[in-house]
Amino acid sequence: MSILSLRDVNKAYTNHKAVDNVSFEMPKGCIFGMLGPNGAGKTSLIRIITCITRADSGTIYFDGEILNERHPEMIGYMPEERGLYKKMKVGEHLIYLAVLKGMPVQTAKKEIAVWMEKFDIDSWYNKKIEELSKGMQQKIQFISTVVHKPKLLILDEPFSGLDPINANLIKDEISNLNNEGISVIFSTHRMEQVEEICDEMVLINKGKNVLSGKVAEIKDRFKENKFEISYSGNIPGGLIDQETLLESKPGKLMASASSLGEMNQILAHLIQNGVVITKFEEILPSINEIFIKTVTASGEAVKID
Amino acid sequence: MDKLWIIIKREYLTRVKRKAFILATFLTPLFFGIFFVVITIIFAYQSDDVRKIVIQDPGEVMGNAMADSKSLYFTFSDETLEELKVRYNKEEFDGILVIPPVKDLQSKKMKVQYLSDKQLDPESNSALESELEKKLRKYKIRALGFDQEKLASLDVSITIDPDQINKKDGAEDEKTFTSLTTAVAAAMGGLMGVIMYLMVFINGSMVMRSVMEEKMSRIVEVMISSVKPFQLMLGKIIGVGAVGLTQFLIWAILIPLIALIVSLFMGIDSSPQMMPPGATGAEELMDSGLNPGLLIAEIQRMNWWLILPMFIVFFLGGFFIYSSLFAAVGSAIGDDMGEGQALTIPITIPVILAFYIMIVAIRAPNSSLAVWASIFPLFSPIVMPARLAFNPPAWQIILSAGLLILSVFFFVWLSGRIYRIGILMYGKKASFKEIGKWLFSKG
Repeated sequence: MSILSLRDVNKAYTNHKAVDNVSFEMPKGCIFGMLGPNGAGKTSLIRIITCITRADSGTIYFDGEILNERHPEMIGYMPEERGLYKKMKVGEHLIYLAVLKGMPVQTAKKEIAVWMEKFDIDSWYNKKIEELSKGMQQKIQFISTVVHKPKLLILDEPFSGLDPINANLIKDEISNLNNEGISVIFSTHRMEQVEEICDEMVLINKGKNVLSGKVAEIKDRFKENKFEISYSGNIPGGLIDQETLLESKPGKLMASASSLGEMNQILAHLIQNGVVITKFEEILPSINEIFIKTVTASGEAVKID
Repeated sequence: MDKLWIIIKREYLTRVKRKAFILATFLTPLFFGIFFVVITIIFAYQSDDVRKIVIQDPGEVMGNAMADSKSLYFTFSDETLEELKVRYNKEEFDGILVIPPVKDLQSKKMKVQYLSDKQLDPESNSALESELEKKLRKYKIRALGFDQEKLASLDVSITIDPDQINKKDGAEDEKTFTSLTTAVAAAMGGLMGVIMYLMVFINGSMVMRSVMEEKMSRIVEVMISSVKPFQLMLGKIIGVGAVGLTQFLIWAILIPLIALIVSLFMGIDSSPQMMPPGATGAEELMDSGLNPGLLIAEIQRMNWWLILPMFIVFFLGGFFIYSSLFAAVGSAIGDDMGEGQALTIPITIPVILAFYIMIVAIRAPNSSLAVWASIFPLFSPIVMPARLAFNPPAWQIILSAGLLILSVFFFVWLSGRIYRIGILMYGKKASFKEIGKWLFSKG
């Protein structure tokens, strides 16, 4: 079951095509990485999903229904460019945003109290936004995004401008919310964050979906069957084929094989010949490498089913 | 609709609860009241520099009598100039007025010498001159042998007494116009026009600033992920407008009240002195035998059942048109305030033009300029209220109001289209060409 499903979505601005025939499925309950360099069209795509703008063509399904005006209430969106009304008090600001998302005032108050306690900031309730530091404001922004219990959370570069402590706090909350069944779209240009957090991903470049699927599967698909073996002692010469051996350093070697099975044979061969293995690891490509490879190789969409 | 209401409420309450708003709303009338009274005192202030003047009048032109004024005391003397100068130096008096005998009764000029080391202040100087002119006139009337009463009968004051030819049924005996009607209508019309002008400008720029703040603080993207840009814009326009109205109503009650209280408290005689010397309209009315009662009767006679509702219609119309345009401009300006000022010019020009047309319309309410300007929707909110007091034909009011209402929908829609694109545009300089493109781009 998909929380979000895009079919041939297009969006053009006067000067360029921001979203070019994008289709992908986002399974319910996953953390979904939306990747791409700056200006690739991620924000345009998000604005279409949040109903801020409309697609020129294509269909979008939200939780099985065609995307409509009621859906924004079920979405929590934290834009990359964040902001709050500076003159408003923290409490009334959070209530305002929650009520605009369709939450009754009383429920909103209760939820806000829970969140403020969780972040240990209950004492800020009557402070004005402008009195808070940037990091404090980010916390308020995050609460305002999740307080109305959205089904889908869209976070555009959520860690930009956050110090490591707050970034971890938010990261933990994202995974807590995800454990409660909330689907999360995580948009970023920092590829390494996706590997760390996301289950699924879509790679956007120049408005196009160039790659989408499960992160693990994508990595598996792009792997080159490289292995790293750490050992102690010496490896007698000629024990490994020159074709197999990629790199050799004292105590460490890198080898390639056509499959895991073949590699196991090599490993067995080494052990039989008295080599003491301390570590054996398959080397998977980073998302960054996959991105560069995909984009430079063809520019066409690669589908992983 | 529900969300629109929430937005209106926030826009209204956050502004009204602000300290600056409360201070401005309640201190301004107080300030005005005190200012008004101080001005009154200043204008009521007369020269307290008392001077004793000796008049030497060998030809007896003045007839040996000259009434003292508050600051000038006169005595006549037959002593020679030399003797008077000696007494002057003993500081027995402040000046010597030497009136020469009249040699030529036909002469239209006469010089009277004032001898002193200190000059007369301008007020005493002109008072003295006009007093001397009156005396000389009397002298000449006598010397030329004219009949005083016959001459007096030449001065006649004329007032035009208007009345309507085709009166409403049942009102044949009632007088529908008086000479005061046009004066009162002009005053009312001018007042309404000025109020409209101020409200449009003050509210419009408030809306614009608020839109810009929202865009610059980047809250706007969060907002429009919950509500439609159009709802946000409309909510802001209505909320800010309600703030303006609140302030206006409080002022409309407090300013006259405080002025009254302060003037009573300070024991100042009210109406005639309250006016600075320039505003002589009311004084003239009083002088010509009209009393405030007639004035009030005239104001009561005006067709308030038409004027007030229409004023509200035109007020709301003008308010929505201009506030939405200001909102659109605010959304397009973005980060660079100075650069964006050029975008406000096309909006401010019609407002200022309308204001000047309004001034002309008060003097000639049925001129073709006034009639067409009061129908044209960008001008009518300011010009039509000024004409309402002059009983314009019904078709003009209906046409004007109808066009205005249609224009409200058009301009709010137009501004909404600019707004929804403008608020999401960052770092781009918005030219008119660019804004034109936004109008036709899809959502």
